[in-house]
Amino acid sequence: MSTPLSPPKPLPKPLASLQANPRLGHWLTLGSDGSVTVRSGKVEIGQGIRTALAQIVAQTLDVDLSRVRMVSADTAMSPNEGVTAGSLSITDSGGALRQVCAQVRQIYLDAAARQLSLGPEQRAQLQVRDGQIGLPDAPALTSYWLLADPALLERPAGELLPADFSGSAAQAQQRLDLPAKVLGQPSFVHDMELPGLLHGAVVQAPSPSARLLDVDLQAAQALPGVVAVLRSGSFVGLVAQTEYQALQAGKRLAALARWQEEPSLPEMQALAEHLRQGPVDTHTVSLKASEGAAAAQSQSQSLSLSASYQRPFLAHASIAPSCAIATYTPDQTTQLEVWSHTQGVFNLRADLATMLGLAPEAVRVRHADGAGCYGHNGADDVAGDAALLARAVPGRPVRLQWSREDELSCAPVGAAMVADLQADLDDQGRISRWQHQVWSTGHSMRPGRSPIPVLRAASMIEPPFERQVAINMPLAVGGGAERNAVPLYDFVSHEVISHRALRMPIRTSSLRSLGAHLNVFAAESFMDELAELAGTDPLTFRLRHLSDERARAVLERAAEAAGWSPDGAGEGRGWGLGLSRYKNTGAWCAAVARVDLRERFSIEKMHLVVDAGRLVNPDGARNQVEGGAIQTLSWVTREQVVFDRTRITSNCWDSYPILKFSEVPPVAVEFIDRPEQPSLGVGEASHGPVAAALANAVYAALGVRMRSMPINAETVARAALAS
Amino acid sequence: MAQISVTLELNRQPCRLEGDAAMPLLYALREQGLKGSRFGCGAGQCGACHVLIAGRSRPACDTPLSSVQGQQVTTVEGLAKEGVPGVLQQAFLDEQAAQCGYCLSGILITASELLARDSRPSEQQVRQALDGHLCRCGSHQRIVRAVLLAAQRMQSIPA
Repeated sequence: MSTPLSPPKPLPKPLASLQANPRLGHWLTLGSDGSVTVRSGKVEIGQGIRTALAQIVAQTLDVDLSRVRMVSADTAMSPNEGVTAGSLSITDSGGALRQVCAQVRQIYLDAAARQLSLGPEQRAQLQVRDGQIGLPDAPALTSYWLLADPALLERPAGELLPADFSGSAAQAQQRLDLPAKVLGQPSFVHDMELPGLLHGAVVQAPSPSARLLDVDLQAAQALPGVVAVLRSGSFVGLVAQTEYQALQAGKRLAALARWQEEPSLPEMQALAEHLRQGPVDTHTVSLKASEGAAAAQSQSQSLSLSASYQRPFLAHASIAPSCAIATYTPDQTTQLEVWSHTQGVFNLRADLATMLGLAPEAVRVRHADGAGCYGHNGADDVAGDAALLARAVPGRPVRLQWSREDELSCAPVGAAMVADLQADLDDQGRISRWQHQVWSTGHSMRPGRSPIPVLRAASMIEPPFERQVAINMPLAVGGGAERNAVPLYDFVSHEVISHRALRMPIRTSSLRSLGAHLNVFAAESFMDELAELAGTDPLTFRLRHLSDERARAVLERAAEAAGWSPDGAGEGRGWGLGLSRYKNTGAWCAAVARVDLRERFSIEKMHLVVDAGRLVNPDGARNQVEGGAIQTLSWVTREQVVFDRTRITSNCWDSYPILKFSEVPPVAVEFIDRPEQPSLGVGEASHGPVAAALANAVYAALGVRMRSMPINAETVARAALAS
Repeated sequence: MAQISVTLELNRQPCRLEGDAAMPLLYALREQGLKGSRFGCGAGQCGACHVLIAGRSRPACDTPLSSVQGQQVTTVEGLAKEGVPGVLQQAFLDEQAAQCGYCLSGILITASELLARDSRPSEQQVRQALDGHLCRCGSHQRIVRAVLLAAQRMQSIPA
């Protein structure tokens, strides 16, 4: 369905990616061979961005998609667009490329007019069809390819052109990278072969505070195939001729290492207390004071409610343990070259350079595909490990792939969080005061953002770099723990406070949707609790506080499409709602869950409605929302990082189970397409609403309010007994 | 470490693999340049490395080289003919049944085993068959649809 809203904005907002990288030729090259080579700073992480960006280029330049060649991000040639995160690639890189292509098109039409000596009137009539340039209803006069000249694009982007979407409707497009992946062809950094490739193994410290006491390096050096053994402080590893030799020797080396470990981890069953205890860095995220009549009305408050919600630490749990290839060539201009599935090649370069004492310009980081990452996983860390190993064998590329245990227990994890909510209802059943406080470690510890490298190995080597504590990015760029803690609803007053833990016994960093997952879970669960207090059904209660037209539209559509009913579906069955606008600036998403808990814990259906503005690739967007919803159901029903006072113990798929094929419920996704509105990312839109919808459905079915995760048969039964 | 040499039929071709007797088949395959079978856990828990051994879907990370002497082994690369996707692979493309694609090879192998055994599986049977395979991106629905589509198409192709 398509619903026009306000008239389209004629000019796009200034585009940060383009401002930072203004030279048009930096972004793309038109070739005399009929190709368009595109260099985006954003990377493929299984989300299909390569295809969506290629589509934007093809549409805006008006060339066939098969002509577009996407170059993976490379510090030696790509525009620096920071990190591929936050559902921003379509907005940032897509927005920049749309603008670049619109300007390039004009430049080439001008060049065509010059060459053909056309007057202004004819120039204005020039058209492009798959790169062929001509006047309407006449044979082509020239083409991008005949005119191709990189010098034409050696200039900064000019004044922003109005976005012209005419004749470029959203198109279903198969992913460009899938044929090779379905055929089993080498597709990932894991599969790369380079001449003289060696294989590494690193013995990871068994616990976050472990220090290496001693290790018999000589014994390891004598093992079959071992080329080099390396120890620096608590970093220890080796390089061998083959992958299997590295694996075997690595196991032996691990057995030879003696560690000193400390019980430095919090009590797992008392995480909320641990987080509240501090020390914390507290700041007010958003404050809206009630004024005038609203203030007077809020005096008439009749009812108050408070509740606390939490989530455990969650692992990214990528299917592929992280991998990188590094080559150290001290006598060349590029002293270190690294292939990585990092989310930010420039960020990683900065940390590698600092850790190894090299100039950033002497380090080249090139992106190659990895498995889905879902945030800051082990990708950067393993690149740091590989670089250290490569220094031991100058001139030879070293491939290092972490083990499953490393990936689940050494990579950064998503932060455990607590959200405390309080609200007052006035005598009209309206919320007159809303407070949302969130306690969490920081959600961002990405490389390249502090002068001190945050790579795992950086705090292990001798001399070590001080271990850093994760931060939250400012709300203006999406925030971290506080993401989506600012209400979407029109409450007459609100107060949002964030408490960032200053101790970080378990490394945390960005996990898909950051704080939005718990904040929306908390706020939308609390809305249901307040609706009940107000004696109103959850849908009416939400709409009563909601003026955002697009939020109302997704919510009403989802309720209607899913057959949501205020009465619940009957004893043991129930519907639940969840709503958010991701980051308060991104896509709108409403989720409806229907559960049947009569005999077993069964999620019968999830129905999602999303408004992401103009869709670039409808099936790609659907795939992202669907996958996000299923991943969220896995987080919410199955997952938590398990640890004792010393070690993380959930280090295999038995101890860190994720949702299986037979457990995945049907997920339906619908879009409200708004072709006249800017395109918004969708990768993280569903995580909050889906979590809340499930908890609300469980309450509707059983009257049991689940305020912490995981939510499954066992935890619901326990909560029912306790209440 | 006992070095051995095994002969087998790999993707319909005779083949000799050499290495440590206890070395998992996965490493031998990847050393041959067959990178489609991928390491995920090394413990037979995720399914990313599955290959067909005598028609049975097995984790190559947990199969010693010594055990495949004289066997017929098919990897994901063997599901295509001369670079043209097989019926099952084409169904995955038509359903866009993937996000990152790292888990796909093993899933394709188990699905092909299932379809060889049962040409008309129910949705429930497909899900059960794939339960040993983990997909982290959440492409499950599409993958199940693709397997059912392939089954349907295979019905209409004469054997």
